[in-house]
Amino acid sequence: MLASVTHVLPVAAIRRERLMPIEGRIIARRGQQVNPSDIVAEAVLRPEHLLLDIGLGLGLSPKEADHYIQPRAGDEVGEGDVIAGPVGIGRRVVRAPRSGTVVVAGGGQVLMELEGEYTELKAGYSGIVADIIDERGVIIETTGSLIQGVWGNGKVNFGLLNILAQAPDELITPDMMDVSLRAAVVMAGYCEDEKVLRSAEEVPIRGLILASMASTLVPAAMSVNYPIILVEGFGKLPMNQEAFSILSSNGRNEVAVNAEPWNRIGNTRPEIVVSASEGAFPEIPTEMASFSIGQTVRVVSPPYKSKLGTLTNISQSLTRLPSGLLAITAEIQFSNGDKAQVPLANLEIIG
Amino acid sequence: MPTSLIDADSVLAIEIGTVSTRVILFDVVDGRYRFLGHGSVPTTASAPINDVSVGVKEALDQLHDITGRVFFNQDGQIQIPSQPDGTGVDACVATVSVGPPLKVVAIGLLEDISTESAKNLATTTYAQVVGSMSLNDRRKTVSRLDTILQLRPDLIVVAGGIEGGARASVIDQLEAVGLACYLMPKEHRPEVLYAGNSALVQDVQDTLGSIANLHIAPNVRQSYESEQLTPSQPALAQIYRLVRSRQIRGIQEVDLWTGNNLMPAATAFGRTIRYLSKEYGHTHKGVLGIDVGASATTVASAFSGDLILSIYPGLGLGENLPEILNLCPLGDISRWLTVEVSENDLRDYIFNKAIYPNSLPITSNELAIEQAIACQAMQLAVKQASKAYPSDILGSLPGLLPWFEPIIASGSVLTKAPSRNQTLMMVLNGLQPTGITTIAVDRNNLAASLGAAASVAPLLTIQSLEATNFINLCTIISPVGKAQSGTPILRVRMTTEDGQESELEVKQGTLATLRLPVGQAGTLHLTPLNRFDVGMGGPGRGGKVKVVGGAFGVVIDARGRPLRIPAEPSRRRDALNKWLAIAGTG
Repeated sequence: MLASVTHVLPVAAIRRERLMPIEGRIIARRGQQVNPSDIVAEAVLRPEHLLLDIGLGLGLSPKEADHYIQPRAGDEVGEGDVIAGPVGIGRRVVRAPRSGTVVVAGGGQVLMELEGEYTELKAGYSGIVADIIDERGVIIETTGSLIQGVWGNGKVNFGLLNILAQAPDELITPDMMDVSLRAAVVMAGYCEDEKVLRSAEEVPIRGLILASMASTLVPAAMSVNYPIILVEGFGKLPMNQEAFSILSSNGRNEVAVNAEPWNRIGNTRPEIVVSASEGAFPEIPTEMASFSIGQTVRVVSPPYKSKLGTLTNISQSLTRLPSGLLAITAEIQFSNGDKAQVPLANLEIIG
Repeated sequence: MPTSLIDADSVLAIEIGTVSTRVILFDVVDGRYRFLGHGSVPTTASAPINDVSVGVKEALDQLHDITGRVFFNQDGQIQIPSQPDGTGVDACVATVSVGPPLKVVAIGLLEDISTESAKNLATTTYAQVVGSMSLNDRRKTVSRLDTILQLRPDLIVVAGGIEGGARASVIDQLEAVGLACYLMPKEHRPEVLYAGNSALVQDVQDTLGSIANLHIAPNVRQSYESEQLTPSQPALAQIYRLVRSRQIRGIQEVDLWTGNNLMPAATAFGRTIRYLSKEYGHTHKGVLGIDVGASATTVASAFSGDLILSIYPGLGLGENLPEILNLCPLGDISRWLTVEVSENDLRDYIFNKAIYPNSLPITSNELAIEQAIACQAMQLAVKQASKAYPSDILGSLPGLLPWFEPIIASGSVLTKAPSRNQTLMMVLNGLQPTGITTIAVDRNNLAASLGAAASVAPLLTIQSLEATNFINLCTIISPVGKAQSGTPILRVRMTTEDGQESELEVKQGTLATLRLPVGQAGTLHLTPLNRFDVGMGGPGRGGKVKVVGGAFGVVIDARGRPLRIPAEPSRRRDALNKWLAIAGTG
């Protein structure tokens, strides 16, 4: 059975599409070196329009008014520019109340698109712009340690990694968020207190990598201005040993935190990339593989949730689970030597 | 059944769900359609494959291994019709439910009349209403235009104007829609469904025809008093197919195999329920189908051939699962738990399940959580769906489920539960049926595929519904009335075909069973006490009713309607577990 691979890799070549939801303007150039918070593209996500009634303004019928409209579709106009007129002895005119672009003119009306606020697309990774996707975004290539998370709050940033967790499930408390963490990306264990998230915003930090978090904190986590990534999920779950080791050994190194939500159809996933030292030339890791004996896998549900183990056998027939359900299972051996039968549906390949 | 009546011979049914893709092969054996086998693999809509046809082909490889049939021709396409050498199939049908709900903007004249109807129409497919507009909201055209551009809907549903009613105001409502379509790149334009005053169809076509992806459907609001959603559903299903084809790679290929007849799974499920309601028309009750799936919970309620289809993506057990917390307090879910789970653990489980919707409950605790969620999802879905029920349908009291015969339960959480009494209790607690009804389980989750097959092979649908695909769980009798707990409310005497008799006096607050082996006929003599209503002509009225034994015989649910369960958690769990055990004794 094919399964997706979750990457927890000390070094990997990474190639990622960064796309805007709609067409916009590409700012980055091919070959440009970018940081995660660099703007690579921008688009107007919340357009604003203005409909001017020229007939009413000039005191004419719509048909007559059309003769006096000066700009054509596509023309840019500044605030106060004459849109239509002059008409009559009084030389009545209609002026643009704001600057913008005329998109439609006719029927005695002019529709203007105003200069809306641009929404920016950040690079999300430190790397090279390998390619441009016309009007939609860029492809970025980089090399580094790659750890994929399971949940992100949608923000992006980067900074030097500061390790707060001495153990994979260590509780983070508000008093741990002090000024020494200013501008850092913080790696911690489990968070159950909203004050931690608020204090972090005041410090301010540039990112928070957590093993897990209480689900009650989701609204608060969505509202803070820095990225938060959960490596394991919700509830008190220890960070898997591989990810913990990679992050722990990269303290004071630059780390990019791209906390995009996991969207399987949209091809986005929260990711942490620790920049690699120069000279590494790894391959791009595979995104999908068939289950096979000897693979490192992670269990994604209770009672073994977040545990890594080695796949030692795949059942050829349905196995009855303790819940009573029937499923195709695999035998997993955990690092302490314990073994368990786990449905294939509850496993993901780590690699 | 003579073979000559079989019209399409072999039928391949494809189901592309959020979690799994299944392919099912039916063929004619001895003059009847038979289920020959199925293949099932995880759906491949997600990265890195991002192409559902890959999963379909993998499932077909499995089916080939099981049945030996070769499905593909030398060009790598499914061979339709089948060839003399046995390659291929004669017809292919497909249903789809994978993908995010369609983003819909509903537009009407009056907020609580035609706009509401436009919203209601949207709930008959996998959709989420992200915005609405009506005459009442006083926004100017340009503000409406910006709203549409910002929301970037997949679909705009326009209703408004009863037959012979308003004209100019309907056309005014279209101005923002036309401008928005004009300003959007062609490939990003939403589909526009006009389901308003039919006298304006030409005007609408003149206004929007050249700039919008316009679809016309019958008026959903022919008069102020009545709402007619069913006639517009084929157009909506067609739009769903178009949008999904654009959004998800591989859908178009599968659609071609079906002759452009790919259907939303819920629509196909509704077809089956509608068909059943015609068959059960003599009962003067409706037929209720409930499908609790990963993408949505679907309620199909049909009354003598009129279908009310309600789809709730927010009540799906997949990636949208946390949405249920916006629809009810957590306590409304935990009240159905048969094991002790803290509210924090329950909430964490819900969020983790949304991250890994394919995962299965390994322990009985996780299973109990998923069954509690399913129970609450059913309750919320039916409560919402019942708002659209006609006012003249038969039932006991307002606010309670009206009388249905039968109730069909579908969706893996219900049909694949480790024990059937768990399924029964989820249905009884979640739906709380009233009167006398049969509860059946779509044990292979075929109801949607059979609905899709109805157009190419109606006999397949008919014969499969008659066959063993639907397990009769029990006949349930749920008296409605008011009495203190422990008060006798019903006397039941059952006479079986072989002359055996059994009697029972049922007390308020209890669940009781009468043994009646599967398939065996029996006659129930019901005598309601204390003016309780069992659906036999009014409060206190009883009589005889013929029943057929199901897996749990006859179950009398006298726990009260609406069901009241103990408030204290440990007493509540004891009660739920006791009822679960009693249900299993039938």
